[in-house]
Amino acid sequence: MPERSRADLLLELADDELVIGWRNSEWTGIAPFLEEDVAFSSIAQNEIGHARALYELAAEELGSTADELAFDRSPGDYRCAPLVELRRLEWAWTVARHWLYELADELRLERLKASGDPAVAGLAAKMDREETYHRLHADMWVTRLLSVREGRLRLDEALDGLWPFALGVLDEELRPELRRRAEARLGRELPDVDPVARGDHVGELAELWEEMTSVRRSAPAGAQW
Amino acid sequence: MSENATDTVFEVFRQERKGQPFQHAGSVLAPDLRFAEIYAREQYGRRQESSALWLVRRDAIDELSDFPDEFDLKYRRVDGYSIKARLKEARERAGTQPS
Amino acid sequence: MEAEQVESRAAEFLEYLEAGGLVEAHDWMPDEYRARLRKFVEMHANSELMGVLPERDWILRAPTLQRKLALTAKIQDEVGHAQLLYRVVADLGKPRSACLDDLLAGRSKFHNVFHYPTRTWGDVGVIAWLVDAAAIVSQKALLKCSYAPYARIMKKICWEESFHILHGRDVVLALVTGTPAQFELVQEALDRWWGPLLQFHGTPIPASEDPMVRWRIKSQGNEAARQEFLDGYVPQILELGLELHDPKLRRNDEGVWEYTEPDWEELKAVVSGHGPASQERLDFRRRSRAEIEWIGRTVLAEAA
Repeated sequence: MPERSRADLLLELADDELVIGWRNSEWTGIAPFLEEDVAFSSIAQNEIGHARALYELAAEELGSTADELAFDRSPGDYRCAPLVELRRLEWAWTVARHWLYELADELRLERLKASGDPAVAGLAAKMDREETYHRLHADMWVTRLLSVREGRLRLDEALDGLWPFALGVLDEELRPELRRRAEARLGRELPDVDPVARGDHVGELAELWEEMTSVRRSAPAGAQW
Repeated sequence: MSENATDTVFEVFRQERKGQPFQHAGSVLAPDLRFAEIYAREQYGRRQESSALWLVRRDAIDELSDFPDEFDLKYRRVDGYSIKARLKEARERAGTQPS
Repeated sequence: MEAEQVESRAAEFLEYLEAGGLVEAHDWMPDEYRARLRKFVEMHANSELMGVLPERDWILRAPTLQRKLALTAKIQDEVGHAQLLYRVVADLGKPRSACLDDLLAGRSKFHNVFHYPTRTWGDVGVIAWLVDAAAIVSQKALLKCSYAPYARIMKKICWEESFHILHGRDVVLALVTGTPAQFELVQEALDRWWGPLLQFHGTPIPASEDPMVRWRIKSQGNEAARQEFLDGYVPQILELGLELHDPKLRRNDEGVWEYTEPDWEELKAVVSGHGPASQERLDFRRRSRAEIEWIGRTVLAEAA
């Protein structure tokens, strides 16, 4: 694993969960049908909840607070993967992103659960238990879309388009395993491409950050909300 | 926001706490049981307000609501017994009627 | 069925309701009862659905993680309420897609408060606190609705709305005890929302003339609901140091709240789609629906 501090690792995960939780919560009120709207909103809330727990752990170490870490850094300081930064996508692309992200995250959590750091391992285990339902939900949609012609066309296009971003969620050494699992599940090969990795901010984060912090920045630092 | 002719209605019964009866809580519309499970879980359980849910396809439910009682068989019900008057008389005879 | 028979059966039905009888989905009901009930529940469902739109922009802008979560949960509840209510309407004979067609074509209505824009974080607090409070007054009365499936759902809805009011009040309290600029956010939002709030419960039609009361669908007249709202919430607003700028607003010696008569024509126009944000929101819904149309057409059409 590339050398990074514990705090950096936590922030990477937290930023991923925060931003994807955001993106998923953008479907609240406009999802394909009402039952799906309610379910997908819970997934988004869980992700933001995970982010909060991760920020809190990092905050202890950094002498900060979860909210300060979530909101008060400048856009360039966020460590999220480009996959999560892409703005709210069309539904087939949303399903593809959701499924790819959960697949990558599962690999990542497996690693962390085995970590020698009890706080990190414990949190990873908790997150993994909740993620079981996310994975079920993503898998269900993938199955359904693949079972009808138009769904299959749209989903395949989305999976191929997002594949380089999916690779970028993980460290280099985990990417082959991600590919192996994704291809096994889909029953086909995915494109041979370079990953779009962390640090290659795709330009959408700055705009997101502007809106996300607009209310918070309207009062002096430390104001209560 | 569809309600397709082939979407199925699943009735949801929820048990609030272990030991309590399952009560009808509402219904969800879903393409199949797998989807219905996720949706029922969220609609009726996201606040940890249920300890268990039963899902049943609406067309699997058989409702009965007509119970004829043409000959008024009162002995089968509590209101078919009126013991007050006789109890009073028995107590009076035994001298145990409370004043 | 002969016209006379129908009429006498309807009269019996009304007596049954007056004696406290309840109606289930498969029971016989007079056409007028079914039609009025369905329209009423449909408007409620539409309102929950459209109510999401003023608020969802603020999920992204929520200034803390806790507020982000609470607001997402509130909106999720409202979508859930819409789901429950459209199911009731469907079981009364009108499928969800038909309801949505009518809503987007401007043929059906939704409550006035969802036709207005939200401009600041102050609106978020005021809406969650006071709009939901106004709604809960009506909704508590609906717990006694003669149509049992609706009454049962109202129980879940009222329970969930109580969280919303708590959240809203908490947001408002944080602002009024914060900086002067934050206090002003609330005051300014209140100034804009007070008019719609006063109109919310509808025209002061006497309960005895309200068909919804006659059919035991509503158990409280509009004015009674408004009075209950004012009684409960004006003191709570004023105790925070906020002002209500209606010079006539006061509780008289008989305990009745007096206020400047709202513009009822304005209310009528607003609920039928002529509010400041009505068309923009309906357009947004139309676009969203178009975007996901392929899903209904293909993915859901194939049963497992």
